[in-house]
Amino acid sequence: MGELRAYAALAGAQIRSVVSYRTSFLVEVLSNVGSTVFDVLTVLVLFRATDTLGGFTFAEALLMTGITAAGFAVADFTIGSIDRLKTHVRAGTLDAVLVRPLPALPQLLLMDLPLRKALRVVFGFVVLGVAISLNTIDWTPARLVLITVAPLSCAVFMSAIFVISASLAFWWVDSGELGSAFTYGGRDFASYPITVYGPVFRNLFAYTLGFAFVAYQPALALLGRPDPLGLPAWAGFASPLVALAAATVAATVWRVGLRHYRSTGS
Amino acid sequence: MVFGYLRCYVLLAVAASAPGGRPAGYDPQQLATYVWLGQGLLSVVLLWGWADLAERIRTGDVAADLLRPVAPLTAYLAADLGRAGHAMLTRFVVPVVVGVLCFPLRIPTRWQTVPLFLASVLLAVIVSFGCRYLVNTTAYWLHDARGPIMLWVLGAGVLGGLYFPLRMLPEWLAVTLWVATPMPSLLQTPLDVAAERDGLALQAGLVGVQACWAVGLLLLARLVQRRAERRLVVQGG
Repeated sequence: MGELRAYAALAGAQIRSVVSYRTSFLVEVLSNVGSTVFDVLTVLVLFRATDTLGGFTFAEALLMTGITAAGFAVADFTIGSIDRLKTHVRAGTLDAVLVRPLPALPQLLLMDLPLRKALRVVFGFVVLGVAISLNTIDWTPARLVLITVAPLSCAVFMSAIFVISASLAFWWVDSGELGSAFTYGGRDFASYPITVYGPVFRNLFAYTLGFAFVAYQPALALLGRPDPLGLPAWAGFASPLVALAAATVAATVWRVGLRHYRSTGS
Repeated sequence: MVFGYLRCYVLLAVAASAPGGRPAGYDPQQLATYVWLGQGLLSVVLLWGWADLAERIRTGDVAADLLRPVAPLTAYLAADLGRAGHAMLTRFVVPVVVGVLCFPLRIPTRWQTVPLFLASVLLAVIVSFGCRYLVNTTAYWLHDARGPIMLWVLGAGVLGGLYFPLRMLPEWLAVTLWVATPMPSLLQTPLDVAAERDGLALQAGLVGVQACWAVGLLLLARLVQRRAERRLVVQGG
């Protein structure tokens, strides 16, 4: 109980601090929704110039964008503020977190409560809903399970990427751009059919890092389309397993990184 | 860098399946040039957040800036031009080299393109600085400029032409953006000049539009700064 009260105190302090500059906060909330709106807008604009992209129609591509948008928004809302870890490591303020008798990760998350990102989660699921209604999907029990599991797997996978990217700060203090290449770069990668990418780049992101299983493969399974790149039909249902594997790696990296942390010494 | 590959592949895929193979009038080489020079210019023009001034206003340090013999606007502009020059030598080169190695880029066919491109980049830096300065000065009124800065980062990315060339929008919309907002002057104009998307006359005209925005924004920033100084209450001890 005492622990819960401590977390509640941290969260309450955060809420009071973010809403104290009211106008700025409102603009921030709107801007956050805007970033997903513009991701979807980009897909719309690209399809103005062409009927198919990488062999997929607009409705099919939007399904991939929708799964990614919904899953990423959830991940960013719950765990995305971990990317501030690099600031804490550089300034040495992580020490204050570590001396408290609570686990470090939840504390860090509550230290920057992303209220401003809440609306984006809603919008992400709206896009997914629109994408589902635009496609004619032959609903089977397996597909019904998949459509609920796929955005959650995407969220878990993206959360793992967030934690791994942030953990880079334990080894390289200034890791901002490298980390965001994988978080935001990964989101953008998964928003499009992976058939559009060149082979080397695709193999790295889609199969070595696993981003193909975030949205592309589940979308193929939902649509009942065979994979032009040759993976079997059940690959779409593997997305929870890939997410679980990513989460395990992330947990390990986080623990090793935290043990590796040696403050700033100042 | 990752984003360069992403955008380049996506736009090339659009070109591959678009009727005629030239979406919005760009051929594949021009699209690749557009993307990779855009990645290089990002850090030169500094489309991302810049909160130095807002932070100094919030903490009250800005009072020290006002005591200096040089007007804050001039001092910050000088610093920003220096930063941009340095970025041009360091941050611009790497993505362009990567682009040249991995994709077929367009080599300029007219000698005028190079000087026009450099002038366009300089004007883009000034326009970007003017916008960023104005966004930061909202902190004089709001005390915290995080929201406005986020809005700026978002708007500058999309309307500046980073995510997709603005020419892909319906023509009336693209023209309106160009004339009514400074956004296309941030990235789209220098990139169109470099990719030789238009004839020489139109290119020069677009750079002229940039010049008007640069002057207009600096005048506006000076006006806002004066207004703000009159009502500034420095907080704290």
